[in-house]
Amino acid sequence: MSEISAVTRDSRNSKFFKFIPGLNRRQRTLLMIASSVLVLAAVIMASLLLDNEKIATHFDEKNLGPSLEHFFGTDWLGRDMFTRTVKGLSLSIYIGLIASAVSVVIALVLGMSAATMGKTVDRVITWIVDLFLGMPHLVALILIAFTLGGGAKGVIIGVAFTHWTSLTRVIRAEVLQLRSAEFVQISRHMGKSRWWTAFHHILPHLVPQFFVGFVLLFPHAILHEASITFLGFGLSPHKPAIGVILSEAMKYLSTGMWWLAFFPGLSLLIIVRAFDIIGENLRLLIDPHHAHD
Amino acid sequence: MQLRAENISFRYGKGDWILKDFNIELNQGEILGLTGPSGCGKSTLAKILAGYERPLGGSVELDSRSFPSKGFNPVQLVFQHPEKAVNPRWQMHRILRESGCQDDSLYRSLGIEESWMKRWPNELSGGELQRFCVARALTRQTRFLIADEMTTMLDAITQAQIWHVVLEYAKQNNMGVLVVSHENRLIERLCDRVVCLRDNAAGRT
Repeated sequence: MSEISAVTRDSRNSKFFKFIPGLNRRQRTLLMIASSVLVLAAVIMASLLLDNEKIATHFDEKNLGPSLEHFFGTDWLGRDMFTRTVKGLSLSIYIGLIASAVSVVIALVLGMSAATMGKTVDRVITWIVDLFLGMPHLVALILIAFTLGGGAKGVIIGVAFTHWTSLTRVIRAEVLQLRSAEFVQISRHMGKSRWWTAFHHILPHLVPQFFVGFVLLFPHAILHEASITFLGFGLSPHKPAIGVILSEAMKYLSTGMWWLAFFPGLSLLIIVRAFDIIGENLRLLIDPHHAHD
Repeated sequence: MQLRAENISFRYGKGDWILKDFNIELNQGEILGLTGPSGCGKSTLAKILAGYERPLGGSVELDSRSFPSKGFNPVQLVFQHPEKAVNPRWQMHRILRESGCQDDSLYRSLGIEESWMKRWPNELSGGELQRFCVARALTRQTRFLIADEMTTMLDAITQAQIWHVVLEYAKQNNMGVLVVSHENRLIERLCDRVVCLRDNAAGRT
């Protein structure tokens, strides 16, 4: 049984680095994480280094296909699509980081208080969680972003306040289980207060959930940022954001300018996948049942 | 000082009554044994006496007063499984210090080595962990110790060592000890008085 699960996990986990001999699974996992982090760092670095002049309008080189000079081609205003994509991606990463950090903190606070502050608080919080889970993410997101007048602020707040629900549930369940653990009860009988045990005994056990939840929320945040910008409720059109690029590209797809949507879309996919890989592999490293594999 | 349970009744949920109108008292400096077959409610009684469970009927009193709900509990319970009684993410020295400061001679007599202090719970054996749990429960404020199958999973030599220290400590500090066990030999060796749970629990089928 354990052999079977080990084999499947192995093939799912890091088959990419299988071809390098002499690495154990832990080293391969670390290598996966490192290379994904490198990709993200490269995107951010590139967006800082690339010249803003390249995304200014150049009518003499508009509608060019991909070439060595313009890797991703240029659009109908002659802007270099590679530069726009890279700058858009780094903006997306920035928004995703803030939004997922905020929603993880919300999840932690609500999950902890639901499980430690008594029945009424617990009922209210689970009710709110059910309410938010019951309606589609995107609807709530559009509503919040629209009310706040769009822009980066609206998107960040919107994403942060719609993505905490499932993690809250996980943390609440975990705290409920820990609260009845013998070592917590013993601590209470040694005169420690409820809050003392919550911080010193329960919180350290939530670090993996916290960390992995953060990394797994990130791709969600980016995709939702891109989708509400695509729908026109997000960032303003002059910002080099992936959602803006994709929604504009839609209008020009029928004229045969496939590179406008293809490369930015592909890059978004790669970035999201990179974060997904980091989250998955971190979980394997931190989870006590897999950590010693 | 006296720990007294009067007419206590208890059951889990809507199940059968585990304890019905049960009386027990533990005096200061007394070593009391509690025996009975498996599943007769020994551990439940231990938890009630230490305040981990509230009895559905009757009362547990310490010196004719009801239990303090806050602060250090003068009735300390040592569980059967030390692995569950320590936080796996705490180092041993932190686990020991949680109950307040104690003297090093007690650690030494329990066989706790200095080098174990920096280790994590999963790097120690069950017997080694149980020594920490016993040391943690033996503080100056502890008036009664309830040992729920405290040494059941240990070998005879370790059992003897731990009990020797506990009894010595109880004598010095005039502490009452309730020894919960189904090992009659151990109870006979240690205790001044023995209560058999099956005889006392009324109304059971």
